[in-house]
Amino acid sequence: MASVGHALLALAFFVAAASAVTAVVWRHNDARVTLARRGVYAVWFLLLACIVIIEVSFATNDFDLNIVAEHSSIETPMFYKLAAMWSSQEGSLLLWAFVLSTAASLALYSTRHKLRDIVPWATAVMMAIGSFFIGLMLFAPDVNPFHTLNPAPKDGIGLNPLLQHPSMMIHPPMLYSGYVAWTVPFAFAIGALITRRVDAEWIRATRRFALIAWTFLGFGLLLGARWSYSELGWGGYWAWDPVENAALMPFLLGTAFLHSIMVQEKRGMLKVWNSALIVATFSMCLLGTFLVRSGVLQSIHAFGDDTVGPYLLVVIGIVVIGSTCLLASRLDELRSPKRIDSLLSRESVFLINNLLLVGMTLVIAWGTFFPLISELFTGHKSSLAAPWFDKYTTPLAILLVLFTGIGPLLAWRRVTWASARRVFRIPAAVAVLALVALLAFTDAGNRPWALALFTFAAFAIAGVLQEFYNGAHARQKTSGGNFAGALFAVTARNRRRYGGYIVHIAIAILLIGIAASSSFQTNENVSMKPGETRVVDGREFTYVRPYVKVDSEKYTIGAIVRVSQDGKYLTTLETSRRFFRPTGAAATGLISDYFQGEATSEVGLKTGLIRDIWVTVAPNVQKIQHQLALADKGFKTCVAAGPGTPPQCKDINAMMRAAQANPALAPKALETIEHLQLLSAEKIARQYATSDIAATFKVIINPLVLWMWIGGIVGLIGALIAVWPSRSRRKGAMVRTEADELKEAKYSEIRDAELDHASGKLSDEDYAILDAELRKEAVAILDTVGVGAGTAAPRPGRAGLPSDWEGGEGNGNGNGDGNGHHPDETPNGNGHANGNGNGASHEPADRD
Amino acid sequence: MSDDVDPSRKRKIRLVVALSVAVLLSVALIYTSFSASTQAKEPSQVLTTAPGTKTEMNGKVVPGSIKQAGTGIKFEVEDRSGGGALPVSYNGSIPDPFRGGREIVLTGAYENGTFVGEPESLITKCPSKFTTNASESASAGSESSGSNG
Repeated sequence: MASVGHALLALAFFVAAASAVTAVVWRHNDARVTLARRGVYAVWFLLLACIVIIEVSFATNDFDLNIVAEHSSIETPMFYKLAAMWSSQEGSLLLWAFVLSTAASLALYSTRHKLRDIVPWATAVMMAIGSFFIGLMLFAPDVNPFHTLNPAPKDGIGLNPLLQHPSMMIHPPMLYSGYVAWTVPFAFAIGALITRRVDAEWIRATRRFALIAWTFLGFGLLLGARWSYSELGWGGYWAWDPVENAALMPFLLGTAFLHSIMVQEKRGMLKVWNSALIVATFSMCLLGTFLVRSGVLQSIHAFGDDTVGPYLLVVIGIVVIGSTCLLASRLDELRSPKRIDSLLSRESVFLINNLLLVGMTLVIAWGTFFPLISELFTGHKSSLAAPWFDKYTTPLAILLVLFTGIGPLLAWRRVTWASARRVFRIPAAVAVLALVALLAFTDAGNRPWALALFTFAAFAIAGVLQEFYNGAHARQKTSGGNFAGALFAVTARNRRRYGGYIVHIAIAILLIGIAASSSFQTNENVSMKPGETRVVDGREFTYVRPYVKVDSEKYTIGAIVRVSQDGKYLTTLETSRRFFRPTGAAATGLISDYFQGEATSEVGLKTGLIRDIWVTVAPNVQKIQHQLALADKGFKTCVAAGPGTPPQCKDINAMMRAAQANPALAPKALETIEHLQLLSAEKIARQYATSDIAATFKVIINPLVLWMWIGGIVGLIGALIAVWPSRSRRKGAMVRTEADELKEAKYSEIRDAELDHASGKLSDEDYAILDAELRKEAVAILDTVGVGAGTAAPRPGRAGLPSDWEGGEGNGNGNGDGNGHHPDETPNGNGHANGNGNGASHEPADRD
Repeated sequence: MSDDVDPSRKRKIRLVVALSVAVLLSVALIYTSFSASTQAKEPSQVLTTAPGTKTEMNGKVVPGSIKQAGTGIKFEVEDRSGGGALPVSYNGSIPDPFRGGREIVLTGAYENGTFVGEPESLITKCPSKFTTNASESASAGSESSGSNG
């Protein structure tokens, strides 16, 4: 199996490299470009086969493979055997390459009929990166997943107990997918720059990948935070650790990118910025991959040796220097003659939000790499702790929440003060009410930063809810029906916009959770004997009793803790610490082994909407260790049947001698010995369970922390809504030409303006000017590309343009009045004209 | 600004203001980072530091050295490459992976022959992921992790 896997990996390397070369060298030859694309599909199949081989090896305990022997064992549960692949250096590289080939295949499939000049370069970039990662596995020392051991061990070391958590199955692949999917927009951006196609086409073709990458990265981060909070026994969810920061930085830059590309799509501006952002985002993803594997910075996260670090550094250098040079050489084409019309416009807020996000990334990058910076300038490695990060990121996060609220309330291009006052009135009133209520009823006044965040979050949530209300109300006015139906319809038909709004609500909720739990948390260590009670933050914690469980793998020492307040029972929590025996070569066979391996904490957690009560126990195991050591000593003497040992020791001794003479008896003898050892361990455990030895408890009262996770779920829902393909795409209309995309983008802009007008964001006057401008631009597009692109666009004129924001899905017959959703008249009185096309609709499809 | 100001001049003014703010913030960032940072040192370097200097000590827990001391623990830490054993006292939460042989990061100060760690500042590097040395767990110390004893 290993040799087959190795051969498949080598073939994948060859095909990836050949695809990259073919795509560029024969970029003007359609057949060769298609061949290169199919090469990418082939790489996907080959890497999938490699993964299947590795997973089968894990499932069948094939310890011939080094990766299996080092990260699994016979006792490892099947669930974790399957997840163990990515806990290894080599397995994670294989996953990287596989996810990249998946994203590349999907991207190239969806663009197979468009972006003819950009696609070959994008193929080459993606496959060059793919061949690099596959090449690492083949040529770098110690990272080949098919490396075999000779002789193969009988059992493996096993997966670290700390990693044996359901999150292990999903958290690492999520983060990898988040990192890797950014390759697609990066590759197309490079292709666009090389071919000087610097319009928004590459963005439209890849924005869905950017959104997917952002979603994966964000959800991966959140899962990591949750895992840390509920399992790792320190009660925190974020430590400003370099590896965490390494994932947060591309997430922040990606958030900026997702906003600023809208400005390029709608206004043709910020082209340099967007190209630079995607290069920075992708470079940060590579940097994150490098940080986890290089050990250049101190981190609580794991590092192996740095066998692949230097190679990654070289690639990062090539990406950054190469992209910067390319960008610099295209500056003339990238400059946009357009300017932001007004500070009071959505694009202006997007720009501010971008600056805040990039500023936050720079702060985090500075803090993360400060040990290296300080060493460079002072000769000493110095590091910055969490308070330094908090000091800078807190005000930036608060401003971000404010602009998260302002952005959706403003229309594109320009808004008059009168319109602005109208749309800001209710959210501002809600924010003031929230502020007053917080000051009157809580002690939030003592924490000004938290107070500001809560107030702005109230503003942002109220603003977005108002957007939903106004949109649904406007829809209801034109189409009738009930409010809920209108709300659903307006969201379903404007998925990108309203999905994004839901994400805004989610971010506000999430930040409320972070601000409350970090500013108002109570965190105390208390020592208690069984039966004793301690008061923490007004609640009584009683150590009811200890308990101990022993099996052949671990010693679990736990505590039952009762929590009450003012004598009123609240909850009973169970917390424990598990001590795992080492496996494989580290196992000695003694029962004192129980305290030689890894230990994990099981948190006692009472989750609530208002607060979490979080407890862990650190038992005093000194006495148990001492007793186990004595038992081991006694056991050795017994097995040797030394003088003074009980008569049954002679039987054991005889059994051992027989097993030595006849190996067939060895398993039975070992089983008997292990059984006796377990009985001894259990006896010692019972003594502890009835003792009054004190244990130390870490007690945390965490207000509103649940809202962090709720915010994460809401955000995921919002992102899924935004990324969900439109009906026309689902029906197989992936085959869109650029002309279609361009036309629909303009239609979408017109509809956005209509929606903004209908929902009160744009005054009649502003709307009339804006609409006229947009329609003029749309006519120009139809004039230049419509007919020639084979999309059966109507002749230019008012006819053929979308005339109502709630316009239907593409109705496929070019007959605009065939859609029952269309009202006869539009807000500005345009009639719905017939398209004169030959079967394709000139009506817009969903505005996704 | 009034509407009769030349738009390009307006843009220049905005740019200058924005750049000035960015420069000011950058200077503040750089200044505070140097003043707020904690020097990272290995145990052998800590031994030569002036007593009482706040230091972030990075080293490896000496196997067999962890002892219970009141409500806290005492142990010894050596350089990652070995040598320079430094007695440490610490009172606070102990991370799950803490054991002999593990690399730790602890903030504190060297006083009277002992490095006194600040409560809740003990960080133990997780050895699990990407551990390419199969024998690491075999050589990793002999203490229980996180026990108070």
